[in-house]
Amino acid sequence: MSILGTRVIRTEDPRLLTAGGVYVDDLREPELDGAARVTFVRSTIAHARITGIDKTEALAQPGVIAVLTVADMTDFPPPPPAEPIDPDAPPTEGPMPLGGPWSEPLLAVDKVRFVGEPVAIVLTDTRYQGEDAAELVSVDYEPLPAVVTFDDALAGETLLFDGTGSNVSLKRDGAFEEAVFDGCDVIVEGDIVNQRVACLPMEGRAVAASWKDGKLTVWASTQNAQLSRLILTALGLPPDAIRVVAPDVGGGFGAKIGVDREGILVAWAAKHTGRAVRWVESRSENLTAMTQGRGQRHHIKIGGTSDGHIKAYRLDIVQDSGAYARMSGFLPSLTVLMAPGVYDIPNVQAGYKVVMTTSTPIAAYRGAGRPEAAATIERAVDWFAAAAGVDSAVVRKLNFIQKEQFPFVTKMGAPYDTGDYEGALDKVLAAAGYEELRAEQKRRRAAGDVRQLGIGLASYVEITAGDAGAGETAKVEVHDDGTATVYTGSSPHGQGHHTAFAMLVQAELGIPMDKVEVIHGDTDLIPDGVGTYASRSLQLGGSAVHKAAIEVKEEGAKKAASLFEAAEADVVLDAGTGLWHIAGDPDKSLTWAQVAGAAEGGLIVANVRFTADRPTFPFGSQLSLVEVDTETGKVTLLRHVTADDAGPILNPILFEGQRHGGIAQGAAQALVEEILYDADGNPLTSSLADYGAITAAELPSFELLTSETATDVNPLGVKGIGEAGTIGATPAVHNAVIDAVSHLGVRHIDMPTTPERVWTAIQEAKKASAK
Amino acid sequence: MDRYPGSEEGERQVSKVSLIVNGKEITADVEDRTLLVHFLRDVADLTATNVGCETTSCGACTVLLDGESVKSCTVLAAQADGREVTTLEGLASESGEMSAVQKAFHEQHGLQCGFCTPGFVMAITSLLAENPNPTEAEVRAGLEGNICRCTGYHNIVKAALAAASANTAEAAK
Repeated sequence: MSILGTRVIRTEDPRLLTAGGVYVDDLREPELDGAARVTFVRSTIAHARITGIDKTEALAQPGVIAVLTVADMTDFPPPPPAEPIDPDAPPTEGPMPLGGPWSEPLLAVDKVRFVGEPVAIVLTDTRYQGEDAAELVSVDYEPLPAVVTFDDALAGETLLFDGTGSNVSLKRDGAFEEAVFDGCDVIVEGDIVNQRVACLPMEGRAVAASWKDGKLTVWASTQNAQLSRLILTALGLPPDAIRVVAPDVGGGFGAKIGVDREGILVAWAAKHTGRAVRWVESRSENLTAMTQGRGQRHHIKIGGTSDGHIKAYRLDIVQDSGAYARMSGFLPSLTVLMAPGVYDIPNVQAGYKVVMTTSTPIAAYRGAGRPEAAATIERAVDWFAAAAGVDSAVVRKLNFIQKEQFPFVTKMGAPYDTGDYEGALDKVLAAAGYEELRAEQKRRRAAGDVRQLGIGLASYVEITAGDAGAGETAKVEVHDDGTATVYTGSSPHGQGHHTAFAMLVQAELGIPMDKVEVIHGDTDLIPDGVGTYASRSLQLGGSAVHKAAIEVKEEGAKKAASLFEAAEADVVLDAGTGLWHIAGDPDKSLTWAQVAGAAEGGLIVANVRFTADRPTFPFGSQLSLVEVDTETGKVTLLRHVTADDAGPILNPILFEGQRHGGIAQGAAQALVEEILYDADGNPLTSSLADYGAITAAELPSFELLTSETATDVNPLGVKGIGEAGTIGATPAVHNAVIDAVSHLGVRHIDMPTTPERVWTAIQEAKKASAK
Repeated sequence: MDRYPGSEEGERQVSKVSLIVNGKEITADVEDRTLLVHFLRDVADLTATNVGCETTSCGACTVLLDGESVKSCTVLAAQADGREVTTLEGLASESGEMSAVQKAFHEQHGLQCGFCTPGFVMAITSLLAENPNPTEAEVRAGLEGNICRCTGYHNIVKAALAAASANTAEAAK
């Protein structure tokens, strides 16, 4: 029996559980012996001109090695010249990040645009000295008005970037036509805010660097060492003069794709001063200067017939970019692509504007544009169902793209590979006892219970490995001692690649997992690789390992045939034992050690770059059950039931773990989490004492159901699972909260559905009904 | 490793602090403001204990101080002077066998990126010492001060309950 599909516990764990991981701050590499601590001096004002920086007092502090500002960056290659743009015709598509007049500096040049923007760098012997000295770098600011809200940004009274004429950095024309709503007897329209949240990996950003003999070595907490190396060529070094190592990485969630400007600066500081350096950000830095997620305001219109059929859907997006456009042009394009979700809607229109605000830049966060699409279409369907007077599960089933319609290209051009949307919803409804829950809800409503029940549904589809064409690399080696080594361009930060990829090798070659070493995240060993994001690792990185193992097996067959003095077609590998035989003669056998020993250098090796011609589109349904205390507004999440389909399951333990984490982050956005600013652009959630990260006490155990629909896009038949939980859970929990109080006249509550917001919505609904 | 140069700076008050960490006495002159977590990481060179927030919110730095869980990012090393500290590195037996909590984390997939894990393992070790047979609700309430961003807590809670069962079975032998 193949090891694939079995519950293999992780090979990564014993080390992490007994000695702890080796994250950047734990590295004891000789090159980092005596490394200076890097402390950033960051803007304390949301929007201001810098009129002077005085570092005298800081330089006089004990242990201070250097205080560096933009004036010291003379050994940097000049940035490309700004291209003039026509303010009346903003580009509809642009590079990522945006250049030209929207360019982001490394250290602030003459202006700061968000609280937390790096202004200067302090190098000290120890970490406490760094905090002391950074306090004493005196920066003179001439404050400018902050641009905090979507409306402030759109109004454009204060511009973030000179010469742009607008705070709108990108837009896509939605081609909105009213005629598509002709013939709709049920039309609902409204605004939905998908609030800004923190990515919040438990390890914040961290980078160490050393410069020696013309070679720069950078250790970074990153989701991809190879992309980081490419970014670091901005220092004016060729790629082969840079080595990037990703040691253990304490979570990423999209915010550690490549390295940020701070990472480039830390590497530069090592090169500039010749001293090894290390930067490990504090949680306050993390909550103000690591990129954040979501930050979209949607205006929607949905229309159809009173029997529950949806005929037209419009989504008009404003994306808050924060102060700089890193990925913010990309995020709403994914939201547009996935706008209609799982529904076969004859008319879909979607467009966006990306606006600059004096706040932390927004980029990818678990789902990156897709959760926003799912959250809004799933709210819209509930609005429509309520207006039509049809049960929301029934409306979903009436409008699903049907199983026999796949492959299906949506109105927005997304090529959905597979789907059984109704099957997934039926599983969830049955397991949750939907009818019984509705009956209990009805009973509590009739009785006027203080604690009301809410049942939330979400059916979702998402796109994974959107950049399937970039593919992923793998090298598999079998050595003459019978062991194997996998080099992958994929880059785990908790997902369990080492276990998963070793399982793939054992399944194909019969070499037991404990003899398979998996190596990732070192550009000297793996110069070519793409990394881990967009739920791409198993389908691209895993497929690459799988194909490389097959190539190794083919090469092994040649060697075995020669050793057996038999025809290649007559030798077989028993993947259960890892022994080679002549077909029909199990008594004579060769081990991998013998077969590899017959190869040149005692090594059989295969290099593969696997690319897919299309992304995959995992799907599922989730049901959330909440109880709302109508006197206090407090929401309790009682149950969460999901069927998430990402194709054949390689290792149920890892698969479930990804779903658990995703569900928690989705529920967190629906219930508690939000990054807030005051009217002057000061962050109000810059520590974990203020930011309401969800805990075990606010969550139940989750009920997971199995659904496996294989794709034909890759040889493993697999789709991504990293983000599915989040994409489904946010609307399921959100819909449940509103469902609990909908009979009181509440139509919508924006996320997070805090007690204050829920209570206020109930009071307003009561007032409205009393009129 | 960061150096703590101590008295030669002449500005910061420095004191001798002596701790028994995982059964071994460690003595050093440190600035009075040195946090326990930095003493453990930079002086004792025990890096399993991580700093996750600096505000006593996330629990990544949880260690046992005289057997009780504390968040070492908001305890001064000087406050721990003369006391016993246990970190993740001190949980396995001398032969290297993992504790019931460590084993349960492995078997129940209670960790992903591993950064919060040492804090959770220590918090659960302490929780089970106080309440050997907790309910799921008691485990969840007891872990309110620890944040994990990867696991959704599902398998951490399972691991805590599994460790409790394993401890009970062991005690019944």
